Amino acid sequence: MFEWLGITPQGLYGQLLVGLINGSFYATLSLGLAVIFGLLNIVNFTHGAQYMMGAFVAWMGLRYFGVNYWWSLILAPLAVGVVGIVLELTLLRRLYRMDHLYGLLLTFGLALIIEGGFRQAFGISGEQYDIPEALTGATNLGFIFLPNYRAWVVAASLVVCFFAWFVIERTKLGAYLRAGTENPQLLQAFGVNVPVLVTLTYGFGAALAGFAGVLAAPIFQVNPVMGSNLLIVVFAVVVIGGLGSILGSILTGVGLGLIEGLTKVFYPEGSSVVIFVIMAVILLIRPAGLFGKEK
Amino acid sequence: MKFSKKILTAAVCAACVAAPAAWAQTGKISDGVVKIGVMNDLSGVYADLAGPGSVLAAKMAVEDFGGKVLGAPIEIIFGDNQNKPDVSSTMARRWLDQEKVDAIADITGSAATLAVVKIVKDKNRITLVSAGATTRLTNEDCTDRTVHWTYDSYAMANGAARVLTEMGGDTWFFITMDYAAGHALEKDATDAIKAAGGKVVGAVRHPFPGSDFSSYLLQAQASGAKVIGLANAGSDMATTIKQAAEFGISPKQRLAATIMMITDIHSMGLKATQGMVFVDGFYWDLNDETRAWSKRFFERHKRMPTMIQAGMYSAVMHYLKAIKAAGTDDAGAVMSKMKAMPVNDFFAKNGKIRVDGRMVHDMYLVQVKKPEESKQPWDYLKLLKVIPGEQAFLPLSQSTCPLVKKK
Repeated sequence: MFEWLGITPQGLYGQLLVGLINGSFYATLSLGLAVIFGLLNIVNFTHGAQYMMGAFVAWMGLRYFGVNYWWSLILAPLAVGVVGIVLELTLLRRLYRMDHLYGLLLTFGLALIIEGGFRQAFGISGEQYDIPEALTGATNLGFIFLPNYRAWVVAASLVVCFFAWFVIERTKLGAYLRAGTENPQLLQAFGVNVPVLVTLTYGFGAALAGFAGVLAAPIFQVNPVMGSNLLIVVFAVVVIGGLGSILGSILTGVGLGLIEGLTKVFYPEGSSVVIFVIMAVILLIRPAGLFGKEK
Repeated sequence: MKFSKKILTAAVCAACVAAPAAWAQTGKISDGVVKIGVMNDLSGVYADLAGPGSVLAAKMAVEDFGGKVLGAPIEIIFGDNQNKPDVSSTMARRWLDQEKVDAIADITGSAATLAVVKIVKDKNRITLVSAGATTRLTNEDCTDRTVHWTYDSYAMANGAARVLTEMGGDTWFFITMDYAAGHALEKDATDAIKAAGGKVVGAVRHPFPGSDFSSYLLQAQASGAKVIGLANAGSDMATTIKQAAEFGISPKQRLAATIMMITDIHSMGLKATQGMVFVDGFYWDLNDETRAWSKRFFERHKRMPTMIQAGMYSAVMHYLKAIKAAGTDDAGAVMSKMKAMPVNDFFAKNGKIRVDGRMVHDMYLVQVKKPEESKQPWDYLKLLKVIPGEQAFLPLSQSTCPLVKKK
């Protein structure tokens, strides 16, 4: 069936699955970005650094305190979230009334500082984080030898994405959040403490990045620049999905992972460009992104 | 008043007497000091394999030499070139013009290295390349003021490819970083594989830097090649190796790195890297001499030396010995001495610098130990084979360096 493409069906399914795995990473990361942009109007360039911090917290926990992977999955996002909250309270808060550009500059600068600090402390080669015992090994699906850990990554990120979508779109708390995005003054008039809501949202977005970092630690090298390599792609995902759109970022993340996976088979040299080409095309046709609403 | 005038006169006289003496002692040394500038990546991707460790190695060479040559002090300065040609060129000009640097050493990033050697040649000083990998330094871009000390892409790719093919790994698939250095590594290795009777069944070029390599690995797996050649480096290579183990591709298919350093193994761990075969220019646990030097290095750096760092010491030491033998720091005279004198230290035995600037010394084909074979920290490699210098590097007859043709 696919012979004319120069690849066996088995090969193609395998590649699609790999694309899905990467897509679920993109989804988790872009979700955090979308949440933060939606409510705070901040383009959070620190996201990559927060992802990296999640991976490093997990590594440090294991190395110095014997905290295992499962605890890290809870503790590392909490730690990254708390750091995020401190950043929001001390720095970001001052920028809400100003142009997007200032938030971008501040978060970009913070990302450079955080990465520089980790580079100074841990060197550039990175550290090794092993796959947890329970998830080692692999399952033979016939068309691919699927590492159990990868299957877990897909499952965990989809669950987290669904959970975040559900909270924001289907609960009262989510309704407050969305109302805060539309009209913060009015919401405050109803007695909702909007500043606290904003702070917690930023913390939550940062925690999502930290969570993705812990998921990534056993697959990639835990490395101070692991976030900056990924961040630009994730931004493209958010832009294609429509800035601030929760569902858009999740679906686009998974979709682009698949497209990128296929590019890696048929024209690997173009795999780092394909997402940006798609972004350019989408922006020409739908300037607000696939799922965005024009204001 | 009179009294002070007397003292002043005495002081001036004393100075008149003392100065020529000092002049006589350091007269052959320009500016009265020998200055070596170590230029490399102090904070980026190559900071662990060269970086501050190379600076330390150069300082150790100066200390071991006694801190002075022909009565003049020896000074080491260093700078972060960020692997960028423009940053490196500016820094090199400042060092050579204003700071009276006599030799520039190390230099990470092939493009940066090539830019610096040209400037150094124009200003008639010396470059001691330890970190730079490109074979262009001893071919079309060779100069009579450049020495390429530790390794080059040919020695790394060719050695591993030839020996593995001869050992039965006769079908190869390459995962190559999509820029000049990656293509050069792949080409050098491919030539060696074909010469040894093997064949290359496929290759995939990935963007640099890459993030996820599982897709390429699945392609390598589907190709059925016995050996997967990694023509990439640093964190890209580390991720590829890690994911190959994850997908159960290694050790069924053997992974061969083209550029691998002990610091890479340290960061990836033995579990992921065990069984890998590659070419190294130095390993700390080869003999008593290497162990003794590496122990001193480790005490100050807290990491074992890479071949680049060990080579840095060796190059600086040889340069200082050549100044002493030449009785001057004039670049031409020193270079003739460097090429005339054999290199004999813990790093190289009977090494010699060819007319094209290549320092020819033995290289080592090594294999990464299994976790249970490793008895102590940094006990990572076992020696499979010593590759004699003449076989390790591109033969002089094939060099395209104009200096060779002149003969």
